[in-house]
Amino acid sequence: MADQGLVSTPTPRLPEKEKREKPGPLEYMRQWPLRVMVGGTLLFLYLPLITLMVFSFNDSRRNIVWEGFTFKYYVKAFENESLIQAFVNSLTIAFFCTIISVVLGALAAVMLWRFRFPGKTVVEGSMALPIVVPEICLGVAMLVFFSRVMPWPTGLAWPFNLGAIIIAHVSFAFPFVATVVRARLASFNRELEEAAKDLGASEWRTFWDVLVPHMQPGLIAGALLAFTLSLDDFVITFFTAGPDTVTFPVKVYSMLRFAVTPEVNAASTILIVVTVILTAVGLQMQNNQPKEKKA
Amino acid sequence: MEQTWKQAKAAFAAIAVPPLAWLLLFFLVPMAVVWVYTFGENSGPTTIDFAGTFSNYTRALEPLFLEIFAKSVVIAGITTLMCLVIGFPVALAIAFASPKAKAWLLLLIMLPFWTNLLIRTFALIAVLREQGYVNFTLEWLWNNASGFMTLVGLQPLGEYEPLTLLYNNFAVIVGLVYVHLPFMVLPLYSALDRMDRSLMEASLDLGAGHLKTILLVVVPLAAPGIASGILITFIPALGSYLTPDLLGGTDSQMIANVIERQFKRANDWPFGAALSFLLMYLTFIAIALQALVQRRSDRRS
Repeated sequence: MADQGLVSTPTPRLPEKEKREKPGPLEYMRQWPLRVMVGGTLLFLYLPLITLMVFSFNDSRRNIVWEGFTFKYYVKAFENESLIQAFVNSLTIAFFCTIISVVLGALAAVMLWRFRFPGKTVVEGSMALPIVVPEICLGVAMLVFFSRVMPWPTGLAWPFNLGAIIIAHVSFAFPFVATVVRARLASFNRELEEAAKDLGASEWRTFWDVLVPHMQPGLIAGALLAFTLSLDDFVITFFTAGPDTVTFPVKVYSMLRFAVTPEVNAASTILIVVTVILTAVGLQMQNNQPKEKKA
Repeated sequence: MEQTWKQAKAAFAAIAVPPLAWLLLFFLVPMAVVWVYTFGENSGPTTIDFAGTFSNYTRALEPLFLEIFAKSVVIAGITTLMCLVIGFPVALAIAFASPKAKAWLLLLIMLPFWTNLLIRTFALIAVLREQGYVNFTLEWLWNNASGFMTLVGLQPLGEYEPLTLLYNNFAVIVGLVYVHLPFMVLPLYSALDRMDRSLMEASLDLGAGHLKTILLVVVPLAAPGIASGILITFIPALGSYLTPDLLGGTDSQMIANVIERQFKRANDWPFGAALSFLLMYLTFIAIALQALVQRRSDRRS
């Protein structure tokens, strides 16, 4: 703050009040056509989701007209064992996928940021492939791989039977993590690393005590991304899931094939709430990071 | 400064081997196997001969499948255009909002992106179906209008016919726009936010209207952001499976649905493999086009 006094401003600032009364020429958010546009877009994005959530409490099978408040579809959803199993499977897969993706993604980011090596452009290019390849192509590749090249043993105990799905999810999630972490690494001051080494820290200590703390916001953002990507994925899972390894989206999909029941609304509402909470927690953790540093 | 790998071989190996091995084994190998399949032939219900034939590709280029490819490109193109038309003003408004409003608006745009794709599509079904909210609202308006017309002594409008909004191409496009709008808004926003505002002010000061300023100053300046928004929307829209599957009718199947059918129901893996690689090549062409636009705009500035 003190520095700001040294910088001379050539023109005096406009009084704030004048701005408030009349929207400035560039304050597009304060002009009504754009307000209507933004409002309309948000309505378009949220109205379907909100009605879905509201009607999960509706006491009517027909799902359209409001007939009174009830929790019975939540009770039904919780009593539906295969639905709960699918939900638990989804969370388990997302959990393991996040851990493996963060480790692999961070390593890949450090590798690309720190080293010069032959074939680097090829590695960078192939690392970007899982991000751009259409989901359906990755899905069929996983189907072929796990049915012909490396069949995943069947009849394994939970959670090992989920291995194939976890592997498939990591394959498309960890390049996303690598991208996020690498963007964070770009702001790292390499002199810190040199200083640590000069002061006698080993390679490993430097990595763990200097580089990893700097990467942390990127790691959190990457973990959040990996978790939601995994939880959200339908297509790739659809091709790798077996009859006893159903995930939540695959289960909802098969329920939708039969009938659109309020039970699905209830289950969806739970998933939406879970994701929103996780996102909020993740964003909070990210926002707290720079504040701590300043202090 | 980057280090060469020779300076710290052990560290390099420890860092590089896990991600590279994973990428090779669980991404490149599966892709390569599918690529080999594209030249194969079904020799039995579960066996495939690697015949080195191009017949899968020639079959994929038959008019029937070419039409589906063309249709997918058109549907993805319309989706991208709609997202651009809706997303640009929204991104503009967010970029010029107050810092506090900006953070909230960005969060609101991103939040649906974090919710499950299947759930969002399912939510749209409830809105669009014949017994859905859109038709309910229209019916209510229709009946009121009808009542009003009898009131003023005109012929009533008659029974309301619910619109078929679901299970057709219209529904697929609405669904794709619904799902991909955040993909478009975010890159547009970051391009508009970085833009040098004094140029806009200069344009407005010199007497150009808002529309003219936006078209002649803002759009050229934000061109790289627009190009990446288009790419980031077009690619997933082109390969989308779930939206046409759930919202589309029999004639609105996109290429991903045909691929799925080859692998799951028709059990013709080599043909499905060829189709999926053609889709991948289309994606790469789109990426190359975007890189070209990017390079041209970089050179200009």
